Order: sequence, then C-alpha cells, then structure tokens
Amino acid sequence: MIHFQNARLIDPEAQTDGSGSLTVEEGRIVARDGEAPSGATVIDCNGRALAPGIVDWGVKIGEPGERHKESFRSAGLAAAAGGVTTMIVRPDTLPPIDTPEDLEFVARRASAAPVNIRHMAALTKGREGREMVEIGFLTDAGAVAFTDGVRVVGDSKLLGRCMSYAKGVGALIVGHPQDPSLSKGAAATSGKFASLYGIPAVSPMAEVMGLDRDLALVAMTGCRWHADQITTAAALPALRRARAAGLDVTAGTSIHHLTLNEFDVGDYRTFFRFTPPLRSEDDRLAMVEAVAEGEIDVIASFHTPQDEESKRLPFEVAAPGAVGLQTLLPAAMRLYHQGGLTLPELWRAMSLNPARRLGLESGRLAVGAPADLVLFDPDAPFVLDRFALLSKSKNTPFDGARLQGKVLGTWVAGERVFG
Amino acid sequence: MTFRARHLLGIDHLAPQEITTLLDLAETYVELNQRTVKHADALAGMTQINLFFENSTRTQSSFELAGKRLGADVMNMSVAHSSVKKGETLIDTALTLNAMHPDLLIVRHPNSGAVNLLAEKVNCAVINAGDGRHEHPTQALLDALTIRRAKGRIQRLTVAICGDIAHSRVARSNLILLGKMENRLRLIGPRTLMPAGVADLGCEVYEDMREGLKGADVVMMLRLQKERMDGGFIPSEREYFHRWGLDAEKLALAKPDAIVMHPGPMNRGVEIDGTIADDINRSVIQDQVEMGVAVRMAAMDLLARNLRSERGRVLAGPGLWDG
Repeated sequence: MIHFQNARLIDPEAQTDGSGSLTVEEGRIVARDGEAPSGATVIDCNGRALAPGIVDWGVKIGEPGERHKESFRSAGLAAAAGGVTTMIVRPDTLPPIDTPEDLEFVARRASAAPVNIRHMAALTKGREGREMVEIGFLTDAGAVAFTDGVRVVGDSKLLGRCMSYAKGVGALIVGHPQDPSLSKGAAATSGKFASLYGIPAVSPMAEVMGLDRDLALVAMTGCRWHADQITTAAALPALRRARAAGLDVTAGTSIHHLTLNEFDVGDYRTFFRFTPPLRSEDDRLAMVEAVAEGEIDVIASFHTPQDEESKRLPFEVAAPGAVGLQTLLPAAMRLYHQGGLTLPELWRAMSLNPARRLGLESGRLAVGAPADLVLFDPDAPFVLDRFALLSKSKNTPFDGARLQGKVLGTWVAGERVFG
Repeated sequence: MTFRARHLLGIDHLAPQEITTLLDLAETYVELNQRTVKHADALAGMTQINLFFENSTRTQSSFELAGKRLGADVMNMSVAHSSVKKGETLIDTALTLNAMHPDLLIVRHPNSGAVNLLAEKVNCAVINAGDGRHEHPTQALLDALTIRRAKGRIQRLTVAICGDIAHSRVARSNLILLGKMENRLRLIGPRTLMPAGVADLGCEVYEDMREGLKGADVVMMLRLQKERMDGGFIPSEREYFHRWGLDAEKLALAKPDAIVMHPGPMNRGVEIDGTIADDINRSVIQDQVEMGVAVRMAAMDLLARNLRSERGRVLAGPGLWDG
C-alpha cells in the first residue's frame, strides 16, 4: 500500500489541478484525499504534480527487424523515465505485424518492458494496401487498433471494405490522412522555407484531401476511426463536420507539430524531418488551440527510433521521425509554460482520451482506476543531452534544447518502475 | 579586401562586400584568360578535386580549367554511377577524399543541402557546384559579373528571370544575389513551374511574359529540363515556346539595350529562339561561359587564401611552442 501525500493532483477526467492525496493498494487507486492508512508507505510529493501515466499512442519499436534501433526493453526503460505507463505500439516493423502469430511474438517480447504495452496490427497484409488482414483473429489476439501507419491505403474500394469489415468486428481503424500522390517524395511543407532551401515539398492541402476521403468512407461504413496526426488548420473544419454528423471519429496530433515549426529545420537538420513534415507557425498555433478546445483528442510522441546512419544523409533522403518517449512530457511542458494548455488539458490528450478510445481503464485518478501514475516537477529546468536518453536511438530534435519538466517517479499498477 | 568565407556553399552566406571583392578579383582573371599565356600560381601545389554526383560537362570543365590555370593539380571524380551504387554514403565518400588531403573540393549533388552536409566533414575548402534545387553560387556570380560588365553596374536594374523557377538552383542563387545587390526582380513562367511562396521573397511574379519583360534591363532565360516537357508541368514544347519562349517580338518589350542571358545548355526553339541566342548585340550567353572560368578562378583563389591563413594560424599557434 502506498500513500501519496501533499501532491498536486492533475485529474484529466474532472479537469482539476489541486492539492490532495492518493492511496494505492494492489495495483489500483483505493482512496482520494484520505488519511494515510496504517502500514502504508508514505510518499511526500512536496507539492509536485501527480498525474495518470501517459498513454503514448503510436510508438515504434524495432522488434522484429530493427532491434539495433530499439527493443521492447530499451523503449520500456525510456517510457518509464518519461512518465509513459502505456505504450500503444505500431505495427510498421520488418516484417509488419499482420498475423495473429506475429502479434503473439511481439506480445511475448513485450514482457521485457517495465510498462504496459498494447499492440496495433497492420490493416492490410504486408502493409501493401492489397488484402485486408485477419481483423477478427487479430482482435481476439489483443490488437487494439488497425493501421498501415504512414502508408496510405490508396485503393478506396479496399479501404471501404476494410472499414465495413472492421465495423462488423467492432475494431478501430487508425488512418494517416494524406493524399499519397501529392505527398510522394515530399520532405517539407510547401512555402517560403521549402522554396528557399529547395526541399521537395507538399501542400498542406494533401492532409485535407486524405482526411476528406477517409471521412467519406467512414460515413459510408460507420466504422470507428481515428486520425493518427492532424497537423494543419485547414483539416479542422472537415473533422468538425464529421463529428457534427455523428461519425465515430477521433483525431490525434504529434508533440513535435505542437512545439516545432518548418523553420526549425534550419540548415537541413535531419532530426527535424518528420512525416508529415513540420508545418507553418500558424498551423502550429491552430493545433495547440484545437487541443485546448478538445477538437484534437490525442497528443502522442510518435516515437520513431532511427540510427545515426539513417539521419546522416541529405535532408530529403534522410529517414523521418524522432524518438519521443522521454521528451514528450518536457516538450508538453513548453505548451503549459507558454500558457497554451493547462496540465489537465494536456493530460486529457496524453492519457485519458487515448485510454478511453482504446478501451483501457487507465488515464484516470478515480478510485478503482489502475495505479499507473507519474510524479513530476513541471518547472525543473534542464538542457537535454541526446546521448543521455535511454532509447537505443538518439534522434531527437530537442538535443541541446532548454526544457522544463522532470519526471521524479513512475508507477505501473502500483509498482515503481522509475525514480 | 573582404572575403571571410571558408567555403562557398551558397550566395545566402555572402555579404554584398564579399560579392564585390570576388567580382573585382574575377575581372583580373578575365584579363589573364585573354592572354596567350594564361598561367597564374594562386593554387600552385594545391590539389583540387571535382566531385560530381550528377553529370555535368560544362560546369566541370569550367572548374577544371580554372584550377589548371591557377596551377592546381586537378582531379575529376564522377560518382554518379560508381560508389553510390555500391552503397557508400555521401559522408564516407567525403571522408575517403578528405584522407587524400585535397585543398579544394568542388561538389555537385542531386539533393538540396548535400554539399553543406559534406562540408561539415572535410578539412578543405568546399565549393558548391550545384545541390539539388538549392543553390549554384558560382553561376550567380558569373551572371553578376556578366551583367556588371554589360551594364556597368549590378544595382538598380530590372532583371526578369523566365522559365522553370521551381526546379532551378540557378534561379535561387540569382534571386538571392541580385536581391542583396538591390535590384528589381521579376519572375516569369507558368504557375506549374513557380515555387510556392515566391511572392514573399520580394519579387514580382508574372505569368504573362510580355507584361513581365516590359522595361527589363536583363532577361535571364532558364533551361527547361527535358523530363518536365511531357505533359506533367506544361502541355507541350510548342505551347511553351509560344507563351514563354524568348523571341524577337517579346524581347522588343524589354529596354532597347536589354541583354539576354542563359545558363546553358540551351534548348533552341523551346525557351529561346535561335536567332536571339546568336544575336551578338543582345545575347551575352558566350560571355557568361567566359566569365564562368574567371569567377571560378577568383572564388578558388579567395578560398585558398583563407585556407592558407587558417592553416598558418594553426601552425603558428601558441600550443606548438609553449610545450
């Protein structure tokens, strides 16, 4: 039994941020604001923030195929250090997770990590966009959602059938809203920056087009659908219309698109190459506001480990993505300190909403909820050294950045896994 | 004399005084190049490697000749079809060459920013001979010298750049250079060949070539790559020539003494009419080639001076004698 006293409780469900205490027993929260029971281990939080652990939706792990970039063990340690208590793992591995047997393999490997792990499965076999996977078997085997990642299923007829079938099974599909022919070969958002630096670029309209098509198919099939990353203001009206029409639709965005813009690429810095590419400052601000308004449901790190060789290349041919498990919380604190988002709003997007959407019990501080918790100091300043990260890969755009927000302790089902 | 740069990676990093310094020095090499004996010794004993990841006969020969006239040992390496195919990375190629102690590395690469990346890994001076759609600084400098000699100045001119702006590093470097020198810039071409956000770069954008050419002092034509001609960006060669090809009738709208430029190689009858290209009263296209050698000699000379003084400082540094 653990009793956290003198804490600043961040409750995303009640949208409150206030002092209190929390009692944990047998992996669950058993009391709020009670006295310390006799025999309990008392942790004095000294007024630091105690929040539900982060549920990071869209983590890439290099197993199978690229274990030199990241393993379940290394990612798990990074997650624990970053206050992430549940990783929702992507299926875009080598080979992709597209059969129940593959899922069984990664589920077994996942036990090497000290945090909770849930798996997504590919939507089409080999992520090739030609045949649907065994959505039923994979759901039975524990897949929480189906996605081909950033590879868009170009064949609308097939995607429609996948959605219809998923509707029957009750499965959730995660789409990557992007018109594949427009965005082919692009490494930046079209505009002044990309034109000056001569980087192949894509119009932000490609996101709107991809979203419009996917939402039309959702309207046609009635399936449960989630957009992995919405990054442009122009895409928001379509999302609004879909919700107003009663479609079962949610949307996420990445912490990088909330905290960085296209100009951060500077002199071809490949750690700032993302899919979709970083956007204009106007788009960034619109996304922050959309999270505050609840139009964007989920913030995730889209943790994408890449080895040094994949990044030491000319910008347009360098591999996209950044590691994010350990930088998600401090990067989010930038948004908090700049006044764009409150801590309960951030935790709604980083913990409560993803858990709810994926049918998990976590993300809450309510009595009975799993004791997946993070204790952190939102103000503690530090300069990030990428080589101090616990991921096997060190590709972060925040290298050398001045950040605030340090994780002091992480608990998964009442067990301390960090700090 | 002001020229501090260690590398010549783009015009963007140069100050206007540095551009002027380089052009002034190039003038002396124009003169040298017109003599029968064309030798100088600015690069005597130095090694120059022309590293071309993309085929180019003209630029490579120009750099080769420039180096040889200054007394450098010049080696050409075309890697478009060799080590890259074997999986060697750009950085490995750079490190391999670096180990051979070159003093000047002239690099062309199909990816924007690749030359900047390579320059971080070597100890010699690097000249960007064109990287993707980014920059081609010596082209802009030779254009500037050509303009200065024809017009007597490189300020307060109306310069019209016409054609495939979107894919052109020549256009980018020229925009930056002519902008720094306070000229009035116009971009002319079909929308499909115009980069996004150009209006924010301080130029006027015209789709109608006749409008754009009115009152221009300099008409700079760009090459239209063959692969862009087949319906993807423009409907056909003949429609392109009709609307954006430079002929006598369109040129008549520019100032009577306007000069015509082209970075070469030309597609006669696609972006420029053959008679205009050959008109010695208007076309300075052959002068551009001549200025190219002189400007490259000047650029290498200045970088070599900086390299020598940098190495001199290292040798004379206190650490060596203080024990």
